[in-house]
Amino acid sequence: MSYKIEIQNLSAWFGSKQVLQDITMKIKENIVTAIIGPSGCGKTTLIRCLNRMHELTSGAKVTGRVLLDGEDIYSENVDPVTVRRRIGMVFQKPNPFPMMSIYDNTAAGLKLNGVADRHRLDEIVEKSLRAAHLWNEVKLELGKSGASLSGGQQQRLCIARALAIEPEVILMDEPTSALDPTAAAKIEQLIRVLAEDYTVIIVTHNMQQAARVSDFTAFLYLGRLVEYGSTKDIFENPKSELTEKYITGEFG
Amino acid sequence: MRSYRFRKLQNRIMISLAYVALIIALIPLASILIETINRGLSAMSFSLLFEEIPPLGQPGGGIGPAIQGTLIVVALASIMGIPIGVFSGIYLAEFRQSHIASVARFLNDVLTNVPSIVLGIFGWALIVVAIGWSVIAGAVALAIMMIPIVTRTTEEAIKLVPMTIREAAIALGVPQWKTTLTVVLSSAKKGIATGILLAVARISGETAPLLLTILGSRFWFNGFTQPTAALPLAIFNFSQSPFRAVDLPRAWGASLILIFIVLAINIIVRYATKEKYG
Repeated sequence: MSYKIEIQNLSAWFGSKQVLQDITMKIKENIVTAIIGPSGCGKTTLIRCLNRMHELTSGAKVTGRVLLDGEDIYSENVDPVTVRRRIGMVFQKPNPFPMMSIYDNTAAGLKLNGVADRHRLDEIVEKSLRAAHLWNEVKLELGKSGASLSGGQQQRLCIARALAIEPEVILMDEPTSALDPTAAAKIEQLIRVLAEDYTVIIVTHNMQQAARVSDFTAFLYLGRLVEYGSTKDIFENPKSELTEKYITGEFG
Repeated sequence: MRSYRFRKLQNRIMISLAYVALIIALIPLASILIETINRGLSAMSFSLLFEEIPPLGQPGGGIGPAIQGTLIVVALASIMGIPIGVFSGIYLAEFRQSHIASVARFLNDVLTNVPSIVLGIFGWALIVVAIGWSVIAGAVALAIMMIPIVTRTTEEAIKLVPMTIREAAIALGVPQWKTTLTVVLSSAKKGIATGILLAVARISGETAPLLLTILGSRFWFNGFTQPTAALPLAIFNFSQSPFRAVDLPRAWGASLILIFIVLAINIIVRYATKEKYG
């Protein structure tokens, strides 16, 4: 199996506060990797470094390298915009564009980047909504506001929106933390299906979720990568005492 | 502990005070509206709307050129002032921490509070001295008045757009400038429209800067470098006229039309920027 993403000596700061310290890890293609750890350990910052969203915060700084298919996304001649087209992102709170319809939300990435061919848009919208397991629920009301959907549907709409630009990697930042258990279960199922075609990296503070959906798990604590390995090993046979304490619920 | 009855009484007193204050505030508002509509409607006629302005005291004629002049001057000022204001607002909101932005914000606030007559003098010194009393001079003076209002409200409206919306677009590989001009601007358009309305309403009724720039006229629009009539000037002149019986109704008619124009612009802009999914 090849590595889709290689993180090398990645450190990140907000102003003078260092939130990630020297993270090195390799992420395999077409599997689900979960990043777990207590609040404030840098999980979200880590994945925001992978599509160059971290640097949008003022005062934020990143050092180290992140290789996508062997090419450093932080190298000077790489445009962050093209990185973000290859690495999609789903956020913690469903954030469909409130002024757009379901259709326009799904097509937003393409439309805003100048794709106007109605036929092609129709095709991609249907394909993406199907891939996000939302098509059957919304196919008769594509013109309705994206904000009129339920929370879980909104989140799947956001997944469809991310899929529509045909990324290779999908980052998910606690995608179910704002959802009820039923909606969360649907997203979890979807994540498993997505892993057939995409490399998925999911941040979660729900350890059961990590155990259910991921193939590999990384445990982060205070900005450091404590342990990283197959999910089975991490949960059944952790090497570090800290990991064991965290997954057995002693802290966090 | 105070008794329940005492607290209840206290509550009633405060609510009554609030009601009284509300009524006091509404009395002048309502009486202005009722008086203007009453007197304005009785002065209203076809010739008032479409005929040239007669000399003071002379019966007949209308205030057609004043309506036309106000529409032209306000439109021209808007064409100049709105884009500058909106883009300045975008700059202040997007680069809120830059040093230039804080200086610009301060100057903008100062400009908001400059008395309008001073802007009139400015327009006079800048343009009237060079090319004479003209539509352009008036529009420039009014545009300068609009800019700080539009800038400030645009900035505030854009700041209210949640970061999550912005990030959603950026994460889709939309460049930041495009995110601002599309997603952010369209989320903020209601607030921006409100600012534009405030500004248009404010300049439509300005008299002082127009006195010094477009001067006033009795005749129809005659080119951008010529003096022109305007409703506030017509209201001023007619109400100061010694021939009250003839001219005062005209002043009321002009007042009603001015209110009507502002209201119409308000409705049009509200409708044009209506959110699809309110």
